Amino acid sequence: MSLTNDQLQDVANLARISVEDGWTDGLRRDLNAILDQARLLDDPRLDAIEPMAHPLDQTQRLRADTVSETDQRVTMMAAAPAQEGGLFLVPKVIE
Amino acid sequence: MSTNDSFERGEAALINAPITQLKAWLADGSLDAGHLTGAFQRRIDSIDPMLNSLISRVEPVVPRSDGALAGIPYVHKDIFCAKSTRTTCGSRMLADWVAPYDSTVHERLTQSGAVLLGKANMDEFAMGSSNESSHFGAVANPWDSNAVPGGSSGGSAAAVAARLVPFATGTDTGGSIRQPAAFCGVTGIKPTYGRVSRYGMIAYASSFDQGGVIAKSAADCALVLGEMAGFDPKDSTSSDEAVPDYLAGLGASIKGLRVGVPTQWFSDALDSAVGDAVTAAIDELRAAGAETVEIDLPDADIALAAYYLLAPAEASSNLSRFDGVRFGYRCEDPKDLQDLYERSRSEGFGAEVKRRILVGTYALSAGYYDAFYRRAQMARRLVTDHFQRAFEQCDVIAGPVTPTPAFDRGAHSDDPAKMYLEDIFTIPVNLAGLPGMSVPAGFVDGRPVGLQLIGRHFDEARLLNVAHQYQQRVDWHTRIPPLGGDSSNY
Repeated sequence: MSLTNDQLQDVANLARISVEDGWTDGLRRDLNAILDQARLLDDPRLDAIEPMAHPLDQTQRLRADTVSETDQRVTMMAAAPAQEGGLFLVPKVIE
Repeated sequence: MSTNDSFERGEAALINAPITQLKAWLADGSLDAGHLTGAFQRRIDSIDPMLNSLISRVEPVVPRSDGALAGIPYVHKDIFCAKSTRTTCGSRMLADWVAPYDSTVHERLTQSGAVLLGKANMDEFAMGSSNESSHFGAVANPWDSNAVPGGSSGGSAAAVAARLVPFATGTDTGGSIRQPAAFCGVTGIKPTYGRVSRYGMIAYASSFDQGGVIAKSAADCALVLGEMAGFDPKDSTSSDEAVPDYLAGLGASIKGLRVGVPTQWFSDALDSAVGDAVTAAIDELRAAGAETVEIDLPDADIALAAYYLLAPAEASSNLSRFDGVRFGYRCEDPKDLQDLYERSRSEGFGAEVKRRILVGTYALSAGYYDAFYRRAQMARRLVTDHFQRAFEQCDVIAGPVTPTPAFDRGAHSDDPAKMYLEDIFTIPVNLAGLPGMSVPAGFVDGRPVGLQLIGRHFDEARLLNVAHQYQQRVDWHTRIPPLGGDSSNY
């Protein structure tokens, strides 16, 4: 399976990463080399195997639905790159 | 013994002493915690400019604690959050981010009395096998400045090898503790998945990531791991399996221990001199009374292919949180929201991180999920089943950590697929969530070689003891790199 430049641009858009022209060919070559290795997964021995999501085959532990966190808004907002009045600032979305 | 004796003891004795020895000196009053910290700080001042193993220094605070690590200095891989310290994950994205909370690992080590001296360099977001992808520059291997220290916990391994600290934390997603430990000639343990809490450890691939220790010896690893490990309600994948006293388990004889040797790992892909060193180490285990059995561990190539889809897929999801809005790097003058996201991520992440996010996004995208992600999860079980069958015949598995000793800087940086092959013996262990160690086992052309030991789930105590018994018979782990300059005094 080989990735075309158009497919690469689609994936880059999904990932919100811009791929400039100077990088496209090298990146496509690298990704194709990685995806080439994935051909090994066509091995028919895998057909009958159940997929494994957790390395110890365990299911996620759940906790009681109770409040466990204290309000840390001021602490967390201190790391915001742009803020005003305790709110994150982003470029205008709706005119 | 008077306090003056500790000065006569000299800094060489301090930097090379086992942690239990440092504890004994601190306990009998012959060594002062402030003096100990100062000795390592001076060592960092004189040696680290040659290595670049640390991203940040931390002003030491000797905790009021009589815990198991009271007064013992260390560094964190810069992936562990420690409140009010800069935590960069080796990335421009987090270059100025100050952690607002403590990771559980940091909380536990602080409760034990350990003294944080700095944050260690690493491959960006733990993605790399050479420490060349750090935003804060490459790290030199203390044994040979032309060689890489391995990655991603390369700063941690280099710092311990150069005796800048008695121990360092690390994380291992596909080999990131074991491979740098092997390349730098130090002892490292990646515990069973779920043994050490991931809370406050910046996520790369959450179904693989596991915190652990890099230290000078298996005994030191045993002491530190005992303090780090254990159930944490803040990590939903944390195990509630009881933590044994690893240090107390170190005396046991390994007579009759069944050591499995995977025949497929000693193929043409393995450098012959590395193979000889590893074989000699396995012979030493036999001389200590262990029995060896040949085992079958095929499909390392399938494991590699599966890992390099699964880990990037998880990374693409985990790293979607970096958007330039809430924390981390934000581009200048974004023209709209899309531009804010794209430029913040494109400028904030380095090439390898972007490559893996793109691979992962592709593997998870509509129409490809079944062909890639699901098939890779099937391969994960295939590889895990191979280990389970192998452990019916043996108690531990012994083999190489890496196909070659540390490679030259820049050797693989233009060929990611070739770089990934470095992880061929470590990745299968992460797929199966097993504990693994790297133990110094000799040198090839002046560069260290590691013996890998792999155990059953939660069998860290046995692994540590096997490594300890080996280290009673050899002295590879006590060798110190020739750093020149001020280090000649040590």
